[in-house]
Amino acid sequence: MIDENKDNLSGEANSTKHDVGPPLWLLAELTYECPLHCPYCSNPMNMEGKELEIDTQKWLEVLSQAREMGAVQLGFSGGEPLLRKDLEVLVKHAKELGFYTNLITSGIGLTERRIANLKEAGLDHIQLSFQAANAEANDLIGNKRHSFEQKRKVAKLVKQYDYPMVLNFCITAQNIEQIDDVMDLSTELNADFVELATVQYYGWAYENRDHLLPTNSQLVLAEEYVNKFRDQQNGQGPKFIFVTPDYYETRPKACMNGWGSTFLTVTPDGTCLPCHSAKILPLEFPNVKDKSIHDIWHKDFSFNHFRGYDWMPSPCRDCDEKEKDFGGCRCQAFMLTGDMHKTDPVCDKSPDHHLITDVINKAGEEPSVALKYRVLTKDKINIKELNE
Amino acid sequence: MSNSPKLNPLYRLQFEKAQNCYVLLYPEGMVKLSDSASEVLTLVDGSTSDGDIVKALQQKFPDAADLIEADVKEFLVDALEKGWIKYDR
Repeated sequence: MIDENKDNLSGEANSTKHDVGPPLWLLAELTYECPLHCPYCSNPMNMEGKELEIDTQKWLEVLSQAREMGAVQLGFSGGEPLLRKDLEVLVKHAKELGFYTNLITSGIGLTERRIANLKEAGLDHIQLSFQAANAEANDLIGNKRHSFEQKRKVAKLVKQYDYPMVLNFCITAQNIEQIDDVMDLSTELNADFVELATVQYYGWAYENRDHLLPTNSQLVLAEEYVNKFRDQQNGQGPKFIFVTPDYYETRPKACMNGWGSTFLTVTPDGTCLPCHSAKILPLEFPNVKDKSIHDIWHKDFSFNHFRGYDWMPSPCRDCDEKEKDFGGCRCQAFMLTGDMHKTDPVCDKSPDHHLITDVINKAGEEPSVALKYRVLTKDKINIKELNE
Repeated sequence: MSNSPKLNPLYRLQFEKAQNCYVLLYPEGMVKLSDSASEVLTLVDGSTSDGDIVKALQQKFPDAADLIEADVKEFLVDALEKGWIKYDR
């Protein structure tokens, strides 16, 4: 969310490689470890554990370098960032540098002592995820018992300690029909903002797409409920943000506001990406262990590769909307067509658009493969060994 | 109801060197402010009234004094609607 106040004419242009603005948004994925196993997770299918994570000192340097370049929004994410014991140290440093700090958490492990310490360290905001509006569904989706109960407690603490609270519900076929309950729960918990984010299909969510993709009629109905709920709010209570899945659009999203224009993700092992799912692409991505953030952002081949418009194929190249959506999402093009340079198949001008319509026409049918819960690669191997 | 606006605690106003402008920061978002919006918001402190903000800006920009009152009032209505500022009841 980056808005321009309307009479400001000096906004950053994303148009040419020579005119690259700063990475305003830094997403620090501190760890892939997570107590939950949500099948809609956008993390990659192959995730290493603690052993490959960069250390505290390296993270402190990353934050300083990015801030020096003009980064201002900082998300601590993962996995579950609370599993890093140095989180408070990183928050404190970020605060001193002038970042706006966001903790993006499942809430599992967020004790009162930790929430107080994070406040003291200067944490600005907590975004808490829920998987559903009741214990049974919530705990089943995250595959973790008693997590709903813990999340409710955390939500109370977040408000008690005077943080702005954003609740995030990933909406899928598994919970979309309970969207009314989700809005009631959010109101009861006194959230400031609520993201009703219909899942985008990356990482684990892509693997589990047939289980997660809602039907068109489920979506239409959900949006009607949200609009009705908003009308009855009279300007009171949480602000609900309903994010429609791009599969049901005919134009692609302006993914990451344009490749290498605004967003920089640093993964647990120090790899830098122009978006959190780009690791799947056949590009070699730089690591903070080898290069400065400045050189990564401005000079690295991977970051420059999809900047501007020269890389675009037809129909994007000649399209009058290319400056609006930048040809859509590179990861989606790669996942669906095998070629990361193609037009995002979400666009109905794309010759590959049938890849999307085929999938949405099948939404609601019984999936042919079992649901896969998110696990680290080492745990996958353990499971396999047990089975053999 | 007080007529001294204050910044909604959900927002933080700060000058950004890299962008050479003031910005409003809030959960996972940012609004880049125009020069005129920044002039007003930097005076919003919970104790300065709408009228005093107008007076301060008229003193600072005497050439535009005639236009300032309407502009400031319009901006404050807009900022209230957007939730950037609040008035204590």
